[in-house]
Amino acid sequence: MLNQPITSFTTEPTVSSVKTAVKQQPFLTLSGVSKVYPTKKGPYTVLQGINLNVDKGEFICVIGHSGCGKSTLLNMVSGFANPTGGDVLLQGKRITKPGPDRMVVFQNYALLPWRTAFENVYLAVNAVHPRKSQAEKRAIAHDHLAMVGLSEAADKKPPQLSGGMKQRVSIARALAIRPQVLILDEPFGALDAITKEELQEELLKIWNDHRCTVLMITHDIDEALFLADRLVMMTNGPAATIGEVMEIPFARPRDRALIMEDPEYYKLRNYALDFLYNRFAHDDD
Amino acid sequence: MTANITNRKSNSLDWFDTFWKKQGSNIIPPVLGILGFLLIWQLFSSSGLTKLPGPLSIWTDERTRTLLLYPFYDLGGLDKGLFWQTLASLGRVAQGYSLAALIGISVGILVGTQPLINKALDPLFQFLRMVAPLAWVPIALVALQQNQPAAIFVIFITSVWPILINTAEGVRQIPDDYNNVAKVLQLSRKEYYLNILLPAALPYIFTGLRIAIGLAWLAIIAAEIVMSGIVGIGFFIWDAYQQNYVSEIILAVVYIGTVGLLLDRAVAYLQKVIAPTEQK
Repeated sequence: MLNQPITSFTTEPTVSSVKTAVKQQPFLTLSGVSKVYPTKKGPYTVLQGINLNVDKGEFICVIGHSGCGKSTLLNMVSGFANPTGGDVLLQGKRITKPGPDRMVVFQNYALLPWRTAFENVYLAVNAVHPRKSQAEKRAIAHDHLAMVGLSEAADKKPPQLSGGMKQRVSIARALAIRPQVLILDEPFGALDAITKEELQEELLKIWNDHRCTVLMITHDIDEALFLADRLVMMTNGPAATIGEVMEIPFARPRDRALIMEDPEYYKLRNYALDFLYNRFAHDDD
Repeated sequence: MTANITNRKSNSLDWFDTFWKKQGSNIIPPVLGILGFLLIWQLFSSSGLTKLPGPLSIWTDERTRTLLLYPFYDLGGLDKGLFWQTLASLGRVAQGYSLAALIGISVGILVGTQPLINKALDPLFQFLRMVAPLAWVPIALVALQQNQPAAIFVIFITSVWPILINTAEGVRQIPDDYNNVAKVLQLSRKEYYLNILLPAALPYIFTGLRIAIGLAWLAIIAAEIVMSGIVGIGFFIWDAYQQNYVSEIILAVVYIGTVGLLLDRAVAYLQKVIAPTEQK
């Protein structure tokens, strides 16, 4: 990425827990963000002291044990949750509610089962571009279904589609409205290994062509290393925060086979594994 | 069977054969059950154990046979065939039920989407829905002064609750995912109602509609029995009872049961067409 520091190309995994002193205003800023939920036993701090700057067009993966507040973190960017303290700014503007400029690919697809794949995408296009002609909107919807290889299944309803196909529709719907930020909450978690790899490659290809900023939650270190520019590693909750941010220096476009041959890959992988399973091992594991 | 049956006949026999093989096991038991029931009933009445006439009286009683054979006669006033009596009752059900559907669905959506209004009104709804249809009759008669609007009101007030409560529940049960999609796309109110709320709540709404149609039909009979001097199958029964034409009542009950069954089937069919349950 253009604004990446050169240090990311050194062989040692570079880690910067807090990026400070950014020259120009970053695209997406989380500064001093915390989230506290009131419970019967008193306030429960989910997240604390979150500081992160994301550049335009950057691909960020967030990893951490379940319950560490990854979803809460992304919900504050999508606008489904508001921070208790601190600020979440997109291009200098505070995020207060959900909007199509920060489109979400939901964990369980969230397609409307009574509408066909095409109609699901069209609903989004129609909502975001009410003034475009119907022909234009239909063309956008069709183009994006074609982009994820689903032209043939356009008239099928979600119950007739496989999990991978549903997630493709969901991605097509998200991309069709050209969001500035694309937020994916463990999008491939429920898919089998082969479908998962296929979709990762498709997502990466689409991202290469369109370059929106991507924030993605994952449980899968290999997925993160293949996709992301930077990997945000969360400490455990309560009061979880960003433990470390790993730069992933592989050149783009990436080739899975080539990356996996790179010794650097295993260095990074072991580093992340060490972070998750030794330094911040989960109590339940 | 003769040796030289025509092709056509053998075809239709084939069709009958396959039909019988497939459906025979579904048809024989209910037919036997009904025949058995009628037989026992007939034995009870013939032996004098009960004063209730047996099912055969529908045919043996002369007045009832006339009613059975001429459902469409119309001698003016209240003296009409059972078809017209039933139709009059159905007309009232149609009006009361449509009103109940309209108001039940609208208020159900309101209550389902606005927790505060729900809190305010729910106890009232829970209380009112426990009031039996017959208890509404005197209130309706006093409030509305006339039989016809009172009858329609009784249908309405009986059948509105399941529609309202199911619609509200359906709206509350809309998965967060769908609402989140609406939020992130910032769907307009109209778009949200048409594309998400209504389709998502539709299975619940139909459950309510189906319960309600049965209740509406039950209520009209009860209501008409109390409201004297109107054309309708309910008052027909009351009238026949007053004049001790008991087998006429039996015939009317057959009409009521049949119509009730058909109404239920009709709504079930609509439900199948409009809101199939394949949705996950």
